[in-house]
Amino acid sequence: MAPDSTATAEVVASTATAFVPVQTRSERPSSTSVEDFEAVTGREFEWKFIPLDKIKHLIDGELDGSPVAFTYSESTGTAVEWVDRTHASVGSAGIPEDRASANAWSSVEKVLHVTVSGEESAELVIRRDRFGTEPRAAHLVIEATANAHGTVILEHYGEANLTENVEIVLGDGAQLTVVTVQEWDDTALHLSSHFARVGRDATLRHVIVSLGGDVVRVNPAIHLVEQNASTDAFGLYFADAGQYFEQRPYIDHVAANTRSRVNYKGALQGQGAHTVWVGDVLIGPHADGTDSYEQNRNLVLSEGPRADSIPNLEIETGNIVGAGHASSTGRFDDEQLFYLQSRGISEEEARRLVVRGFLAEIIQQIGSPALEARLSESIEAELLRAQAAGVR
Amino acid sequence: MSVLTIEDLQVSVETEQGTKQILRGVDLTVGEGETHAIMGPNGSGKSTLAYAIAGHPKYHVEGGSVKLDGVEMLDKTVDERARAGLFLAMQYPVEIPGVSVSNFLRTAKTAIDGEAPAIRGWIKDLDASMKALRMDKSFRERNVNEGFSGGEKKRNEILQLELLKPKFAVLDETDSGLDVDALKIVSEGVNRAKENTGLGILLITHYNRILRYVKPDFVHVFVAGRVAEQGGPELAVRLENEGYDRFLAGAIVE
Repeated sequence: MAPDSTATAEVVASTATAFVPVQTRSERPSSTSVEDFEAVTGREFEWKFIPLDKIKHLIDGELDGSPVAFTYSESTGTAVEWVDRTHASVGSAGIPEDRASANAWSSVEKVLHVTVSGEESAELVIRRDRFGTEPRAAHLVIEATANAHGTVILEHYGEANLTENVEIVLGDGAQLTVVTVQEWDDTALHLSSHFARVGRDATLRHVIVSLGGDVVRVNPAIHLVEQNASTDAFGLYFADAGQYFEQRPYIDHVAANTRSRVNYKGALQGQGAHTVWVGDVLIGPHADGTDSYEQNRNLVLSEGPRADSIPNLEIETGNIVGAGHASSTGRFDDEQLFYLQSRGISEEEARRLVVRGFLAEIIQQIGSPALEARLSESIEAELLRAQAAGVR
Repeated sequence: MSVLTIEDLQVSVETEQGTKQILRGVDLTVGEGETHAIMGPNGSGKSTLAYAIAGHPKYHVEGGSVKLDGVEMLDKTVDERARAGLFLAMQYPVEIPGVSVSNFLRTAKTAIDGEAPAIRGWIKDLDASMKALRMDKSFRERNVNEGFSGGEKKRNEILQLELLKPKFAVLDETDSGLDVDALKIVSEGVNRAKENTGLGILLITHYNRILRYVKPDFVHVFVAGRVAEQGGPELAVRLENEGYDRFLAGAIVE
C-alpha cells in the first residue's frame, strides 16, 4: 500500500480483467444531445461497473432542470450568478461524452456561472444541499480569467438525485483550485461530468473528495490545450458498506510542454463497498515535451469490498519527458501495524493511524486549512463508526 | 528490581519449505540495568529472539516462557507487551506514510503512560532527546521513517527508546549500517537511557564494534538457536579475533 512497499505487501482485491479498449480515448463520441448516444445496456465500458438500475432514470428519464438554491460566501475577486444556457461560456470547456451528461446538458434551464478574476481571490465556498430527491439536472461553469488566482470549493450535503455538468475554464496564466466534496446522505445519487480547459501557462488543481452518498460518480476530463498548461488532479474516497464511488480522470495532453500529475487514494470497508478508478492519459501527436504521471492506490480495510483500478496510457508522440502510471490495491501492511503496536499503540488505534496517514497525502494537497481539518475529522468519524460496528 | 526471564524458549517460523524450528530452547535472565550482548553467526536465531519477545505474528512460540517481573509476556498482544515495559529497536524500521514523527511519538507516549503527556514537559523532553541524538527539529514534521537514511532510522529508534522509557529493550543490530560517528551518537543515547531509567538491554549484534561504546556485562554466543557459550566482555574480544568457526564445527545447522 505504501508507494515504496514491496510487492508482497500488496494483495489484489479485484481487478478488471480482459478489458481491451475498442477505441482511442480521443475518438469517444461527444454531443450535447441525448439521441446521439446509443441506449445504455450496462455492457459499455463507461457503465459496466456502476449499479445501473439505481441511476438509469438519470440517463434516460426526465429531469427537472430548474435552478436549485445554494449558499455561498461573498469572496473578494469572485462573482456568482445564474446565466442563461445560451451564455457564451457554456460549452467552452467541453461537451458530454456520455448519455447521462447529455441528458443533464439538454435539461437545464439556467447555468450557475462562477467567475474568479482577482489576482489574489479569497476562497469561495459554494454549499449545495437542497437538491432533494426529485431527478434533477444542473450545470456549472467556473471561469478563471487570465492571470487570476483562486480556490472554488463545491460542498455537497443532504439528498440528491442529480446528473450534472461542471465546466472549468482557465485563461492564460490562471492558477485555479477546484475542490468538489461529496458528503451526501446515504441515499444520494450523483453523476457529475467535469470538463476543464487549461490555457497557456495556467495551472488547474482539481480535487475530488467522495465520502458520502449511495452512488457517486465524478469524472473529470482535463484538456491541456495550450503550451505549458499544467494540472494536478487529486482524488480521495472512502467507501463504506454498500457505497459505490467512481472516478475516471482523463488527462488530455494536446499542446506541447504540458504537465500532469494524477494521484487518487481510496479506502474501502464493509460488505459491498465498491470503488472504481479509471485513469486515462492521452498524449496527443502535438504534445511534445509532455510530462505526465498518474497513480491510484486503494487500501482495503475489511473483508467484502471491491476496488477496480485501471490506468490507461495512450502516447501518440515519442518526444516526451515522461509518462508513468502506478496502481495498487492492498490490505493493511502487517509490518506497519506491528511497528506501531510494538510502541504500545493498540491495534484499533494503529489501524486508524495508518488509514489517516494513507489519506493524509491527498488531504494535505487541498490547500484549504479549514477544509483539510474538517475532512480529517470526517474520516476519523468514519473510522470510529466502522470500528464500533465491528468492521475490521 | 525488574527482571526479564527467558526460559526454554522454542520458536518456529513458516517458510515456503514448511515450518522451520529456529530457537531450540533459549535461557536468559536480564536484570535491571544489565547489558547482555547476544552475538552469533548469521542464521543463528538472534533476530528471531528479538521478534519473538516483541510478539511479531510471523514467529510461532512452540514452548517456553518470557516473563517480565514474573508476568508471562507470551500470551499478551504486541502492544500489551510494550505497555508492560518491553521495547524492540528494529533493524529495519518501516515507513508509516502520512504519520508525522511528532504525532507518532505523542500517540505512543500516551499509549504507554495511559495518559497524554503534559505538553510543555513533553516538548522539552522531545527537543532535548533530539538534540542529544543530533536530530534536526524538522524531523518532527517528517513522516515516520519515510525517506530517512539508515542512520536516521536508527537514531529515530533510539529517540523512541529514550522517550518511552521501557524497562527492557532489545536492540536488534542497531549498529548495522552506521558509520563511526553515528554509532557513537546512537550508543550515547543507549547509555543515557540506561543511566536515567535503569534500562536492561539485550544487545543483538554481529560485531564487537558497538561493544566499545555500550559496555556489556555479559556476552552470550548464539549458535543454531540456543546459547552455546556465555561469559563476560572478554568473550566478545575473543570472538572478534577468532570468529565463530569453533562453534560451527560441531553445531547442527539446518
